Amino acid sequence: MTPRDQLAAFPRRLADIGVRVEARESPGLAPAQLILVKPGDWSRLGIEARSWGCRWVASWGEEVDQAGGTVIRVNTCFEHGGAYLVARTAVPRAAPVLASHTTSYPGADRPERHIRDMLGVVYSDHPDARRWTRHQAWTQAECPLRRDFPAAGSPPARTAADYQYNFLLAQGGGVYEIPVGPVHAGIIEPGHFRFQAVGETVLKLEERLGYTHKGIEKIAEGRDAEGLARLAARVSGDSTVAHAWAACMAMEQAAGLDVPSRAVWLRALMCERERVANHVGDNGAMLNDIAFAFGFYQFARLREMWQRVSREAFGHRFMMDCIVPGGVATDLDPRFIATMRDEAHALGQQIGKLMAIINDLPSVADRVRGTGVLKPEHARALGCVGYVGRASGMDFDVRRDAPYPPYDKLTFAVPLHHYGDVNARARMRLEEITTSLDLIEALLNGLPAGPIRAAWMHPAADTEGLGLVEGWRGEILSFVRFGANGRIARFFPRDPSWTTWPALELLIHDNIVPDFPVCNKSVNGSYSGHDL
Amino acid sequence: MLRILGKIQRLGIVTEQLPEIGEPALTAIGEQLKAHIGERFGGSLAIREVDAGSCNGCELEVQALNNPLYSIERFGVHFVASPRHADMLLVSGPVSRHMETALLRTYEATPEPRLVIAVGECGACGGEFGISYASCGAVSNVIPVDAVIRGCPPTPINLMRGILEAIAKRSPGG
Ligand code: SF4
Repeated sequence: MTPRDQLAAFPRRLADIGVRVEARESPGLAPAQLILVKPGDWSRLGIEARSWGCRWVASWGEEVDQAGGTVIRVNTCFEHGGAYLVARTAVPRAAPVLASHTTSYPGADRPERHIRDMLGVVYSDHPDARRWTRHQAWTQAECPLRRDFPAAGSPPARTAADYQYNFLLAQGGGVYEIPVGPVHAGIIEPGHFRFQAVGETVLKLEERLGYTHKGIEKIAEGRDAEGLARLAARVSGDSTVAHAWAACMAMEQAAGLDVPSRAVWLRALMCERERVANHVGDNGAMLNDIAFAFGFYQFARLREMWQRVSREAFGHRFMMDCIVPGGVATDLDPRFIATMRDEAHALGQQIGKLMAIINDLPSVADRVRGTGVLKPEHARALGCVGYVGRASGMDFDVRRDAPYPPYDKLTFAVPLHHYGDVNARARMRLEEITTSLDLIEALLNGLPAGPIRAAWMHPAADTEGLGLVEGWRGEILSFVRFGANGRIARFFPRDPSWTTWPALELLIHDNIVPDFPVCNKSVNGSYSGHDL
Repeated sequence: MLRILGKIQRLGIVTEQLPEIGEPALTAIGEQLKAHIGERFGGSLAIREVDAGSCNGCELEVQALNNPLYSIERFGVHFVASPRHADMLLVSGPVSRHMETALLRTYEATPEPRLVIAVGECGACGGEFGISYASCGAVSNVIPVDAVIRGCPPTPINLMRGILEAIAKRSPGG
């Protein structure tokens, strides 16, 4: 039995133990299969999925009308051996009570609290009663993602600081607390970190996010396909290509639209360029965080040169808005094929030379080896994806394990490490750069001729679609459902950061406070992509 | 160590002369900026960057100002960790409601006279996010703004130009 068949057999297993499962056709969700489950069986679904070895991927909800009344529909997506399954249940809007999956999957903790804050679902056995995405801009009685909540809301004249969140406290001789943020010292995104420390050692870190919550899910409603692509491109600016691709893929799946192959190859070219730019920049930033300025400036230089070619070739330094529903916005001028090939080759060589210098320095090794270890069992429990997961033995990459065009036509290595420290994450990024540079060459060599965009067609009302893309941070899941006239009724993007922010809390334990910046940068969760 | 020095020597100075990347006018503004900073800020302009809810695109371009190709420090501009050390706030993003008070407090912590620049389409007008239950929209809806630098995100060159212009506008005789 291949791993894919194993997930296909999972619904039967559920039925065998008495869980009422109904398989449903939903072509837009392909490759995921869809099953409907009764709310009373939701808890058992989580327990069984876990013992079946499924990875928890995402949970999201929406308010819909069904025969028998208005409900809050809740979805959970699982993955096993590259196959995906969406399990769906519904609870009455008037009494939306549901069992939590957090007890089986710790990674579901914050996503479920997000659903609670946004849709008012009451998780009967959730271990954490505290709000997550909600600060002080709306009240507990209000649910921004319900249909009777207008996008404008009714916020207070001035939204107060959210100072009453109950952080866990550590007590004892010499224990002290360090609050950091939301405004951080560097030129980075806002969020709050609460450290409990003894001397230099971190006993506990607790994150408080949600500061950059911009109502993305709500303001997506009513947009047309192009408008959604633009919004998706701004879920997380550093992943603009990957998020736009995932959202467009979801919309195209819903519409049953075939994207021209030249367009998907160009999308992949942009996505690999985005991956390289971010890994190069982050490697420099990690070196900066251990006060090795030489490395920082070298990598910063390489990143800048790379972005300039992106701008010349695609018209934007981050390639924002270059992916559009049905294809890509602009074609690649043939002269850039040689330019980019040489550029990729030169970058590989430059990094090789730099690393020969950096690898030689015990002062660098001393700061990154054994620092910020994310144990493989923790990565597994949280369902960590991307380089954070792969540096801790989570051998998964959407491009390889659930390949979407053009990756189904390409062969490439997916690096894997097991030690899970800052060093392993830095190595992962360097090795991923190598893979991406090879992919870029293959994409340039094999770039098919033909049109770059298919005409957009409105999908029928109530069609839904799923997009799954390996962004530079890892697997992005994007869900859309269309309403009438080709307008978006629901958009939910799950950035990989949802899986890695909780990992940061674990891997910092027992490290020294001064190593926090490099640990944080080695993970580099997106605030905006998480806060939505 | 020798290899590091070797690399540094081989590479030379990559910091660009302004005319190569911008309009010729930028050199003039650059010179003026240096002069204004010399005159009004004792040779050093301290900027506190505040992400008030951005998508992070704007931050990446502000960070790029510190890379060796732009090297904005050569004009006497540097980014500081505390608003209490800052002459200028560079604020990005639509201001999320969850950041509203934090931004106000940052503003209040910045000593007067203080300059505020709203960065990006979002900072200028709310951009793709506009005003909603979660977003206050433009920075000027929350704190007084002296200048805006548009773009999504603005390129490093446009950021430099915008900072220079904001300074020039406020300087005596500028
Ligand atoms: S202006 Fe553009 S890059 Fe800047 S925060 Fe807004 S969406 Fe992001």
